[in-house]
Amino acid sequence: MTAPQRSAGAAIEIRKASKHYGAFTALKDIDLHIRPGEFMTLLGPSGSGKTTTLNLIAGFTDISSGALEIGGKSVTGLPSHKRNIGVVFQHYALFPHMTVGKNVAYPLSLRGIKGDDREKRVRRALDMVKMADFAHRYPNELSGGQQQRVALARALVFDPPLLLMDEPLGALDKKLREWLQLEIKRIHRELGTTFVYVTHDQEEALVLSDRIAVFNGGRIEQIGTGRELYDNPATLFVGRFIGESTVLRGVAEASGDNTIVTISGQKILAHGRLAGDARPVILLRPERVALKRPGVDAITGENRLTGTVAEAIYLGSGSKYEVRLADGTTAVARSPLGAVDFAIGDTVDIAFLPSDLILLPDDASADVTLT
Amino acid sequence: MTATPDEGLRTGPAAGSGQPVFLSRFRPRGAVWLAAPAVLVLLVVLAYPLGIVVWRSFTDPAPGIENYVWFFQSAVNRTVLQRTFIVAGWVTLVSLVCAYPYAYAMTIVGKNMRLALILCVLVPFWLSGVVRTLAWVILLQDSGVINSILRGLGLSPVKLIRTLPGVIIGMTQVLLPFMILPIYSVMKGIDTRLLQAARSLGAKPWKAFLQIYMPLSLPGVYAGAIIVFILSLGFYITPALLGGPRSILLSSLVQNQVLSLLNWGRGGAMGVVLLIATFVLLALAAPLMRQKHTSSRREA
Repeated sequence: MTAPQRSAGAAIEIRKASKHYGAFTALKDIDLHIRPGEFMTLLGPSGSGKTTTLNLIAGFTDISSGALEIGGKSVTGLPSHKRNIGVVFQHYALFPHMTVGKNVAYPLSLRGIKGDDREKRVRRALDMVKMADFAHRYPNELSGGQQQRVALARALVFDPPLLLMDEPLGALDKKLREWLQLEIKRIHRELGTTFVYVTHDQEEALVLSDRIAVFNGGRIEQIGTGRELYDNPATLFVGRFIGESTVLRGVAEASGDNTIVTISGQKILAHGRLAGDARPVILLRPERVALKRPGVDAITGENRLTGTVAEAIYLGSGSKYEVRLADGTTAVARSPLGAVDFAIGDTVDIAFLPSDLILLPDDASADVTLT
Repeated sequence: MTATPDEGLRTGPAAGSGQPVFLSRFRPRGAVWLAAPAVLVLLVVLAYPLGIVVWRSFTDPAPGIENYVWFFQSAVNRTVLQRTFIVAGWVTLVSLVCAYPYAYAMTIVGKNMRLALILCVLVPFWLSGVVRTLAWVILLQDSGVINSILRGLGLSPVKLIRTLPGVIIGMTQVLLPFMILPIYSVMKGIDTRLLQAARSLGAKPWKAFLQIYMPLSLPGVYAGAIIVFILSLGFYITPALLGGPRSILLSSLVQNQVLSLLNWGRGGAMGVVLLIATFVLLALAAPLMRQKHTSSRREA
């Protein structure tokens, strides 16, 4: 069954956009370019400005300064009902006094589409989300996941070049959420519409997106693919927000092209140096950290820190360990199936190569906002 | 139909509707006795006297239906019955027109303003109907406040006291709270984010209001309209004090039969006719009140 017609997605260009509510600044000078047909996720903790950005694009609120273009045209001052954008809300927002079929037909009726044509398009949209059998039900007779699928059909039935989704799966349980993520991904692939998706769930962002814009405190910290954000975070905040990580702080000194960080008397070698005089910190990904018995199995050039196993978790596909280091930091390590097992209380070394660690400028705000 | 994971997750009619299943199942035995005091009071003060009224309408002064025959044979009675319904219709309409925007305003203003608006509705409740009606006499009479203002503006005075419009104005003011409160209670439960959704789908603001908000507010409108209409049918003090000989309503005729002529049979027959008319009206309105969807309330 084919879904609503493939439409060319619209590009979005946001330049130097700010949004103030009274004295409160929700967005500070953000720049965001979204390509036609792209799946862009706006990711960040609550209050980071991601929903404000979505509301600006939808036309629910106006920018205080800066420029916003959709499909190459400035939409400043254009009310939301003239923007021709599909919006899916976390709270579904289905009209309770209309059946599923009437809900989906509503945007078509507003556009003067009648009769057979309308019926056909409603049918196609409901088929796309696998809800065609529910056309005569009322929203309160549906489960949350079913309601959100209807809302998706309603937002897409008029073939908008752009679909906005504001935490659409936030109210659903994990299993359903994962299934709907794949459905949304499939629909995006079939339609070619530009999707802009807001979430605070980094795993969801990684599953869905072509690119992710990471928001923090009303600014965009970094825009990139999931892999870029995970492997090369630009800031400590991004590094900590995407995926699991361990942050090591110590006394840093430059040594030629390298940086040496001393933590509890043990020296860690990192390739590269930070520009400026920011204090360097080390970010480690759990799968890049090996656990070894103290003093054995050394590989040339590897860094080692001694600690005690504080938690050992068997995950089936491997094990996850939390290691309390001498300075009190907890390091996270994942070891694959078949690696040596350690028990809580064992003294171990965490070992990692200079090429496996990420050197970043310290940022105290990254710790606070993640709790 | 392709199997989807959430079909299996539906456990009952309440699934996904925000209402926990256990709430609808919690029904201890004997809970019906909680209603016993109210039922007892109703039996004593309502059912018993009502039974007597009905009984007397068929037996006083002689057994038979002659009281009803008398009622419908008298042209005056028929006119007054018709007038009573017309006045009730006008009062309902005028209070709806006043109450709907008022109730809507209550939902969109700030907390303090809302409190002030609610007080404006409730304060008249704390005054007796007689006092309020006498206030209207002062306002409406030929030399009253309204006509003084009109004269002051160089306009010709209007006859309000002892006319139907005067009766309608007074009754509307007294009954307005019964229209405002049900409408407000429904409106405050309407999720206004639905309007934003409608806007995003392409609806102009007024269309979103007419097509989404209005239909969702109708249960309150129906409830208010039925309460006001039925109260208007039996209203006594206000029409008696503000009306004249050409604006007599059924309640005054009943009063005349029972208290002046001591004719309990005829008075009872009038009451029964009014009661049956009310039931017919409720039966006609019932399909309107029955809505397929249960609520538009936002889930927490």
